[in-house]
Amino acid sequence: MMGERPSPPARFEPVADGDLRIAEVSFLTQVNLRLDPGDPAAGDIGRALGVPLPTEPGTYGSADVDVLWLGPDEWLIVGEPGRERDLETRLRTAAGTGHVAVTDVSAQRTTLLVAGPKARDLLAHGCALDLHPRVFGPGRCAQTMLARAQVLLVARDGDEFLVLVRPSFAGYLVAWLLDAAAEHLSGQPG
Amino acid sequence: MTRQPFRRDGHRGETLRFRFDGRDYEGYRGDTLASALLANGVRAVATSVRLGRPRGVFAAWTEEPNALVQIEHPFPEPMLQATTVELYDGLVARGLPGKGRLSGEADPARHDGVYAHCDVLVVGAGPAGLSAALSAAGSGARVVLADDRPVPGGSLPDTAETVDGLPGAEWAAAALAELDGHPEVRVLARTGVLGYYDDNYLVAVERRGERASSRERLWRIRARRVVLATGAHERSVAFAGNDRPGVMLASAARAYVNRYGVLPGRRAVVFTANDSAYAAARDLTAAGVEVAAVVDVRRGGGRSWDGSEVLAGHLVTGVDGQDGVSSVTVSPDPRGGLAGDREIEADLLLVSGGWNPVVHLFGQAGGRLRYDERLGALLPAATRQAVEVAGAARGLSTLGRCLADGAAAGARAAEAAGFRAGRRSAARAEDVAAALAEHVWLVPAADYRGHFVDLQRDVTVADVMRATRAGLRSVEHVKRYTTAGTAHDQGKTSGLLTSGVVAHLLEVDVAELGTTTFRAPYVPVSFATLAGRDRGALHDPVRVTPLHGWHVARGALFENVGQWKRPRYYPRAGEDMRAAVLRECAAVRRGAGAMDVSTLGKIDLQGPDAAELLDRLYTAMMSTLPVGAIRYGVMCQPDGTVFDDGTVTRLAEDRFLATTTTGNAAAVLDWMEEWLQTEWPSLRVYCTSVTEQWATVALAGPGSRAVLAGLAPGLAVDGESFPFMTWREARVAGIEARVCRISFSGELAYEINVSAWDGLALWEAVQGSGAVTPYGTETMHVLRAEKGYPIVGQDTDGTVTPADLGLGWVLSGKKADYVGKRSHARPGDLRPDRKHLVGLLPDDPDRLLPEGAHLVATARLPEPPVPALGHVTSSYRSAALGRTFALALVSGGRERVGDRLYVPVGAEQVPVTVTRHVLYDPEGARRDG
Repeated sequence: MMGERPSPPARFEPVADGDLRIAEVSFLTQVNLRLDPGDPAAGDIGRALGVPLPTEPGTYGSADVDVLWLGPDEWLIVGEPGRERDLETRLRTAAGTGHVAVTDVSAQRTTLLVAGPKARDLLAHGCALDLHPRVFGPGRCAQTMLARAQVLLVARDGDEFLVLVRPSFAGYLVAWLLDAAAEHLSGQPG
Repeated sequence: MTRQPFRRDGHRGETLRFRFDGRDYEGYRGDTLASALLANGVRAVATSVRLGRPRGVFAAWTEEPNALVQIEHPFPEPMLQATTVELYDGLVARGLPGKGRLSGEADPARHDGVYAHCDVLVVGAGPAGLSAALSAAGSGARVVLADDRPVPGGSLPDTAETVDGLPGAEWAAAALAELDGHPEVRVLARTGVLGYYDDNYLVAVERRGERASSRERLWRIRARRVVLATGAHERSVAFAGNDRPGVMLASAARAYVNRYGVLPGRRAVVFTANDSAYAAARDLTAAGVEVAAVVDVRRGGGRSWDGSEVLAGHLVTGVDGQDGVSSVTVSPDPRGGLAGDREIEADLLLVSGGWNPVVHLFGQAGGRLRYDERLGALLPAATRQAVEVAGAARGLSTLGRCLADGAAAGARAAEAAGFRAGRRSAARAEDVAAALAEHVWLVPAADYRGHFVDLQRDVTVADVMRATRAGLRSVEHVKRYTTAGTAHDQGKTSGLLTSGVVAHLLEVDVAELGTTTFRAPYVPVSFATLAGRDRGALHDPVRVTPLHGWHVARGALFENVGQWKRPRYYPRAGEDMRAAVLRECAAVRRGAGAMDVSTLGKIDLQGPDAAELLDRLYTAMMSTLPVGAIRYGVMCQPDGTVFDDGTVTRLAEDRFLATTTTGNAAAVLDWMEEWLQTEWPSLRVYCTSVTEQWATVALAGPGSRAVLAGLAPGLAVDGESFPFMTWREARVAGIEARVCRISFSGELAYEINVSAWDGLALWEAVQGSGAVTPYGTETMHVLRAEKGYPIVGQDTDGTVTPADLGLGWVLSGKKADYVGKRSHARPGDLRPDRKHLVGLLPDDPDRLLPEGAHLVATARLPEPPVPALGHVTSSYRSAALGRTFALALVSGGRERVGDRLYVPVGAEQVPVTVTRHVLYDPEGARRDG
């Protein structure tokens, strides 16, 4: 009955210029986790995930999933597509009787990849954060605004950023990114 | 040979053609429009805003008060300063009578913005700024150098002074090249900083031109330390005829001969109170301008002048010539006891009343200023920001000191930002000792109507006098009374002069008066630049659901609900909105309809105290809800008024899903978090937004059960197995779904929730059943209004309680408390004349009342004030009732059921009858199909 899931937001021609790439990364697994980091369950969950829950604001840790700090008692666990059930179960099992909220939010955000030597310049058109590698290098993440859309911005190795955005905003954000990207593509006036 | 009669001998360049006021001219690349006009002998460039007097070029950069022009081609742009417009081939411009006009054509240019961060921001690339940037850059700090000119060097190309043995402009170019070599340095040319806000947040506008990807770019810069090397502006003196074309700041004339190779006149008189104008006189002489006389207000005159006659202790008391200076009248200072006026033939009068350090940005940032008697200027004093002021901007007057001061400031800033500045010796220049300046604000006269203080606003000393004679003592008040200092130039040349004149008239010290407040923007900026990319389709995000493409393909027309686009109705060929909505309504009441309700807010609450939180926030009891059941809920503000409504679904003992209205999704989540974090931190519950995790399809109408049964063969859909206000998990169209039996139409209805990824597949399957009519928000509004279901924000306005809406049944009497409960017991909430939600039936069943219309009791409007009983909140045509109807908030409305009231519409009093707010199926018989 089910056909291929429609890629929710964007449906745009990916940008693959020498210095700039923009593409959609669809259907990542995303599970929202809330608990008191002082709760013993936090340690158990970290062990189950293979990486401790980061407590430094604006950072993430990685194992086979990325564990992104969203707030003092909130994380987003991001993994390959199709792992929602497995991850939810793993978290609930590890949490035991602790007071924990585990919520599958995989469809709540879609993911855009913005990468390349010009990625920071592109994002700087709409993001008020300092994205300099000294400040926002690999391992950093932030909930912020990109243009007029709320996003979760993740810095990865090699000038790569993930931009997680509500699918309802994705059409707007892609249109904005493509408009802002024009000057950073080869052969375009700067 | 050049066709530019006032071009300095030997000055060559790439020829550019331009048109001004309908005449064709030539200029050179590197010219401004002002320098090119002067090169062609154009003296009167614009006319003044109030008096219509001819005005010429007065300055050479952003301080220009006179030479306002309208650009006609290549793009229409109102009110630019000719002194800052870079000349380009094909430019077409006109001089302005003080005011520009916006173009009626759409501007095809792009404007954009960039956020930047740095350790040290240096504002100004003059001698001090370049020195500061060089020493900061050497430390490895991230440096941004912003300068509003196209070429670096600040005043160096104007004065042609020497730095480190090089011509100043060459030294500046070399410094810039060195800065460009630092990977962590960003040099922004043509970028004027216009605002300085708290926490070292500065905004600048970069003028990038027509060939760039954006014409102008707004830079939003956050700097750990700021170095303001903004230089100084020369100021004028108020004397009779000081607004004539040909009267020019001495430093500007020097810039025209040195930077642009233009002679601003043939024969000049220099009027000065300090030594800097002597350097200008020397440079003009060298360029071939005859300096007829130097008029120095100081009895001792200036130092080191071997040119023409110096008239020490003299003043300029008059200027002749209509469209340009033809002669200058010079008189001895009456205080000196001499007598005898002289008239000197000249076409150029250079003025130097002194120098104002450019403290605008420092002032904007909250920095305090102090008046320095010796310099006759305001200097930066205390500040709360992390800022250094360097060079002429803090009153230094010689090049060598500015270079050294800039280098030291740059090093201090870098070190304060945590970097170690290397040892680098500052650039050097030879300083010439100067005689002490005097401060003269106005030349005494019997008639002050020709002594201009603010050239752009046409404010004279006579106007200022009128203000002081009216009793005004504060320069802020004088500014507002006379408008001095309120023009595009923000009083750059007039601000302190106004203070000086006021001080003179009141016989007080300038130090006592101070100056007016400095406010952004320091340089003019267009709205288009401030808007940047937020225009047209990108003006505001358009939010769409996963089903949006289907709605578009089916020709839906949309309604804006906040940022969301929601299908309003789906017209068929030949249908208008009225026909389409009546058809959709009938389809739901008689068969089955489906609607995309994915935009409703959804909040997942988990934790042992989730039920307790909901009990406190909703007026109804939620903790008694069994797992598998759903309850309608209303949330109130502490004042008892309705805040939001929705349903609460109990998913498990410790897990609920709360829905909100589309517009309030974020506000309700914030509301829950606020109470949890500030008032009830002991409650163990976490709230997570899942609004976009789910796509939701409402399936409504007597035929909906059969449609659902067909799509979900595994689900028992009969009324007993699946009662009203319960939910079931099922596979619908093969998709995992949570099906809720709730209704917003009064009909048998379901809401089917699936992963947003599967929303479109579900919707297509529902439509594929062949028995379902898609309907939009307009139909939904009609159906719910027929049932008297209020819409928060449409039928409520922040004064309405649940009881007013006839929702007294959702107010739990069993709970000890909930937010708003105490307010509901206040006498004011129990008054019988509160406005109740009621129905209205117009006598004419085809008459559609305008929403927002008022209600009165009488068939004839009484004399004002007219006692209004309330207003229409919702008004529709009903297919089910076969007529129009409305909902209204009416004072004591429930006691007026059956009464006749009147709705004034234009000159007409439309008669209506008050009914209960539930107009359709009041007994609720249709709920179960």
